[in-house]
Amino acid sequence: MPACFAMPGTELLHQVLSGIANGGIYASVALALVMIYQATHHVNFAQGEMAMFSTYIALLLINLGLPYWVAFFLTLVFAFVFGLGIERLVVRWFNASPVLSVVAVFIGLLLIINGAAGAEFDYTIKPFPSPFPSNAWYGSPFMSSHEVGMISVTLIVLAAVFVFFRFTPLGLAMRAAAQNPASSRLVGVRVGWMLALGWGLAGLIGAVAGMMAAHVVYLEPNMMSGILLYGFAAALIGGIDNPWGAALGGPIVGVLENLAGACIGTELKLSVALVTIIGVLTVRPSGLFGRTLVTRV
Amino acid sequence: MATLDTPRPAAAPLFAGLTFRTWGLLALVLLFVAAAVLPFSLTNFRLSQVTLVIIYSIALLGLNILTGFNGQISLGHGAFFAIGGYTTAILLTKVTGIPYWATVPIAGVISAGVGFLVGWPALRLEGLYLALATFALAVATPQILKYKAWDDWTGGVQGINLDKPGAPFGLPLNRDQWLFYFCFAWAVVAFVIGWNLLRGRTGRAMVAVRDHPIAAATMGVNTARYKTLTFGVSAMLTGVAGSLAALWTEFVSPDSFDVFLSIRFLIGIVIGGVGSIPGVVFGAFFIVIVPNWASDLSNWVQTLALPGFLSRILVLLSSPQVLFGMALIICVALLPGGFGGIIRWLLRVIERDAATPTRPPS
Repeated sequence: MPACFAMPGTELLHQVLSGIANGGIYASVALALVMIYQATHHVNFAQGEMAMFSTYIALLLINLGLPYWVAFFLTLVFAFVFGLGIERLVVRWFNASPVLSVVAVFIGLLLIINGAAGAEFDYTIKPFPSPFPSNAWYGSPFMSSHEVGMISVTLIVLAAVFVFFRFTPLGLAMRAAAQNPASSRLVGVRVGWMLALGWGLAGLIGAVAGMMAAHVVYLEPNMMSGILLYGFAAALIGGIDNPWGAALGGPIVGVLENLAGACIGTELKLSVALVTIIGVLTVRPSGLFGRTLVTRV
Repeated sequence: MATLDTPRPAAAPLFAGLTFRTWGLLALVLLFVAAAVLPFSLTNFRLSQVTLVIIYSIALLGLNILTGFNGQISLGHGAFFAIGGYTTAILLTKVTGIPYWATVPIAGVISAGVGFLVGWPALRLEGLYLALATFALAVATPQILKYKAWDDWTGGVQGINLDKPGAPFGLPLNRDQWLFYFCFAWAVVAFVIGWNLLRGRTGRAMVAVRDHPIAAATMGVNTARYKTLTFGVSAMLTGVAGSLAALWTEFVSPDSFDVFLSIRFLIGIVIGGVGSIPGVVFGAFFIVIVPNWASDLSNWVQTLALPGFLSRILVLLSSPQVLFGMALIICVALLPGGFGGIIRWLLRVIERDAATPTRPPS
């Protein structure tokens, strides 16, 4: 317990900075969750497993001898098609189902992807390369190059997502389909395919998070379970229907995680996520930036 | 989702001139006779599998009361199962003088208390959000159990070993046979409690809160009280099951209460039928038997000597998790009532045939 009060300033700075770096991963996962939530009001429990599976594909490509960044972008293509395919083949049939059915379907997807990864790639822990140099960043004592790289990649993803939704006709159509499906359909937007594209993008963003995370937590079929939990927490803190909230919630959760780790020990890290989730949901369910839902009785 | 069954006229004949009540009693008698002879007609392995089915049915009954009848989705019931299991293990190994049979009700009471407490914050979470929070609980459970601060009690990562109880009064039964009767007796108690709770005023209130909380509150149902009460009862039953499971495995450890345990419970109630009491037995059977079948299936596939690619796909499809996942999705899509839905449908068909006089073919 005294460790967190007597923490020297440099140590504190280190914890905060590395929390922000991990927060990049959580923000990406949260962004993927928000993207699907905005369109259909579903929370995708299989998001982490989709990212994990894509990361295995990345490792497969790297082991084939491809350079990291080629493998990276090929994996993004795979993840996009994977997400799109899941929506078109499975999820679309349950869009109007009761909550329990939807949850059950997502849990089913989680099991299938997890089991398939375990059967195909086995359960041993595998190292995953980082594209960034292994030395400390310009000799900085506070951050490793991989951490700086994670933050940069997250920022690039965020910027790309923003540009896509703000400045492209397709992005506009997707936003329209999410906000008002009936009217969008009337002006000729193919709502079903827009939802599928949303799933594809969510899969893609998740895959980025997976490839960044795998270098830190190592690659194995269950590697995303903890990260998904932090992604939930980040999305909820920011307000689960707000992408900017998700982007900010990630670093908040990351810093919280590291400080709590320094205070109460790293063995209870998942409980920090649990307490955050329950705390936000009971005290302020709409998060920091979310809209409060008003239902008509 | 399931709705309350309309009450049947007690005297109307259902089938072959006997009423629904008589048929029910006959089925019960048959069940008890089967339970009495089963331990002597099965191998020890088979018998212990049946015992596990019984234990899981109690846990699933608990979850189904909460999720099926009260509409609160829990993906974290493995945590209550863990509380039950650890209570029994700790009482048997760290505390002297408590007989094993007394640890089961204690585990139930402790789980009920925790469940009641968890039920309070759960009041503020609806549908999806409760699923999310309980999912987080399920993921965090092994880590909480491993925590150093209560290492002395929980045994940390190593867990706790205990012994399977032997038969009392010098009965000529081996340990597996005795545990079967012991669990069966507890299952009878659990199902009587569950059935009595659900068929009367409390059950109607629970279902009303599920189907339309605002209308229920307007009719004078104290929704907060019924929701927390349901959470407590549900946790109690699952805790009792966890306690029995600890005796069954003779071992508790943090990693056996991972998120997939809670997910298996969800699979059990969806396959068995959300809101169906007899369905939970089928659901329990399903989650016990599928992993066994899956390994047989994948062994069999490997003996077929199919071309490499095909064989790999089939092995992949026969992994238990993939089978579970596919069963879950297919069941939600094609059979939303689960096994309980089939039973209800059969009963309806039989009843309709009994009600309409047979017509000569025209």
